[in-house]
Amino acid sequence: MARIDQETTSEIVAEYGSKPEMLVQVLQTIVGRFGWIPDETIRQLAEELNLSRADVHGVVEYYHDFRTAEPGEHIVKICQAEACQAMGSRKLTDYAQKILAMSLHDTENDVTLEPVYCLGNCACAPAVMINGKTHGRVDETRFNALLDDMRGSD
Amino acid sequence: MARTKIYVPRETAAVSVGADEVALAIAQVAKKTGTDIELIRNGSWGASWLEPLVEVEVDGARIAYANVSASDVQGLFEADLPNGGEHERRLGPTIEIPYLINQDRWTFWRCGLIDPLSIEDFELHQGFKALTKAFREGSDAVLDAVMASGLRGRGGAGFPTGIKWRTVADAPGEQKYIACNADEGDSGTFSDRILMESDPMGLIESMAIAGFAVGASKGYIYLRSEYPLTHSILSRAIATARDAGWLGDSIKDSGFDFDIELHLGAGSYVCGEETAMLESLEGKKGIVRFKPPLPAHEGLFGKPTVVNNVVTLASVANIVNMGGERYAGMGVDRSKGTLAFQLAGNIKRGGLVEKSFGITLRELIDDFGGGTASGRPIKAVQVGGPLGAYIPVEQLDTPLDYEAFVDIGAMVGHGGIVVFDDTANMAELARFAMEFCAIESCGKCTPCRIGSTRGVEVVDRMIAGDQREDNYDLLVELCDTMEDASLCAMGGMTPYPVRSVLKYFAEDFASS
Repeated sequence: MARIDQETTSEIVAEYGSKPEMLVQVLQTIVGRFGWIPDETIRQLAEELNLSRADVHGVVEYYHDFRTAEPGEHIVKICQAEACQAMGSRKLTDYAQKILAMSLHDTENDVTLEPVYCLGNCACAPAVMINGKTHGRVDETRFNALLDDMRGSD
Repeated sequence: MARTKIYVPRETAAVSVGADEVALAIAQVAKKTGTDIELIRNGSWGASWLEPLVEVEVDGARIAYANVSASDVQGLFEADLPNGGEHERRLGPTIEIPYLINQDRWTFWRCGLIDPLSIEDFELHQGFKALTKAFREGSDAVLDAVMASGLRGRGGAGFPTGIKWRTVADAPGEQKYIACNADEGDSGTFSDRILMESDPMGLIESMAIAGFAVGASKGYIYLRSEYPLTHSILSRAIATARDAGWLGDSIKDSGFDFDIELHLGAGSYVCGEETAMLESLEGKKGIVRFKPPLPAHEGLFGKPTVVNNVVTLASVANIVNMGGERYAGMGVDRSKGTLAFQLAGNIKRGGLVEKSFGITLRELIDDFGGGTASGRPIKAVQVGGPLGAYIPVEQLDTPLDYEAFVDIGAMVGHGGIVVFDDTANMAELARFAMEFCAIESCGKCTPCRIGSTRGVEVVDRMIAGDQREDNYDLLVELCDTMEDASLCAMGGMTPYPVRSVLKYFAEDFASS
């Protein structure tokens, strides 16, 4: 993914009226478009929102969504919560780690693999989210097909 | 001849199993065959196990086809889908599906029925009727109706909504807020999501009613980021309602100003706790506040705030329309009305079942759910999310009722019901409860922040067979400390699932 530049950061801040109480929304918008928040952006946000760097840093560190390292082009999240566990998400996670040759939280080549705790698709478990789209009733065969689709859409 | 209406849900569960591809295939085949259709992306009826559930309107009645995949579409057209033709996927009229007709739909009645983004369709189905009635009868009439309904907070805590609203209405101050908690993070729950995706304007109307009743001019919806499709539907619905004059200054010349701002969460479970949510809405870390002061007195930006869950709020429109007594006439004892139960996990017929309180777990799981998906015996059922107890088979006849569940050391919570079959390892699930708490703890109070990490270690030692009895005692003591001394339900209720495993499934520690 790309790295956000100074100008775009300012534009996003302005979109939210340069209000400090919109910090979480500003960060969410940045992550939605660029996938992560570089260190210099934290400094810039602090300045433009009239907050301390510690404030912004604290918020970035607090929320799972706010990555501080560049993710892969594709983000694969596998639900680890109870309803999906009841339908074999642990095994699916093991399988995913094996065929992608990586662990949860890692980025290898073009993929970032992350845990997620509930996608609200608990009646169609196990659930997986790939690049922001939720998939249900995912077994190993379907997981492979989803990965093929993901790479096919490059 | 009128165009044939074909409905394909645009709702997360349906889309997660191919509804978008089905909709595309239907549009393509209709075009190719010259069939004049109107494709409507409705919400979901909540019968997730039947998704994608395609419907076609024939002579005013909707005929359902279940579990349709894109590859079925050509064959469906060959079988005369536009006229409700026979096909192996055909279920018959939607209104005859037992799973749906055996429910008591009060809050979710428009879900699946209407096009969630059509304000005309919404108004055709009583949309904004309750808000108009509220304008006519005044705020006290609304407060009285909500009080009379016995409605309690559906997010999990079960606090009486009427009392909360009255407190905010009576609180001094010019600026008050409505904060809708749409941070539905409990595993096994998706009723908020289904409502927001299938009847978003129903929520918007009820929030406006709440604002009118307590004197708040602004509402916030705090939506979890794990629901991107919900975000897209809800933001379009808010914009549509605003364009039509149902949000904004002096709504329909009533003199009442109300608007809604939609905020996204950022993946923190504890932000579903009301005070952490308020912190997050203020742009800060989602760290739990001390109570008192209650949010009803000092909530968002220090102003009196009604914090209600999506389903709580959305239940209000019909309470205003039909009267609080009518709602209170359903349910049992102090659990009045209906709850949207969610059947999830290892269950054959998973989905949403809105039913009056008093139904037993066994009735929900067997009669609606059809037992486990795997066909194996049930081992445990977790009710009320990750902080809810694991209930053994012997207790499945417990009626769904806030107090009856407290009596067995469990909680109804947000109504999520997660079924596990006999392959589940309950010791691992006890460990997971502590691990989840360690991952999600906001860190403000020590019992939760430290206790959860120590909890994982103690459970690990028990699983490893290291001084199992001593560690058992230690775990019980740790649970006591967390329960008694944590600031909020995160640390305070994580012991619930852990204790239930110790009590009913202790043998799983030995077999791990």
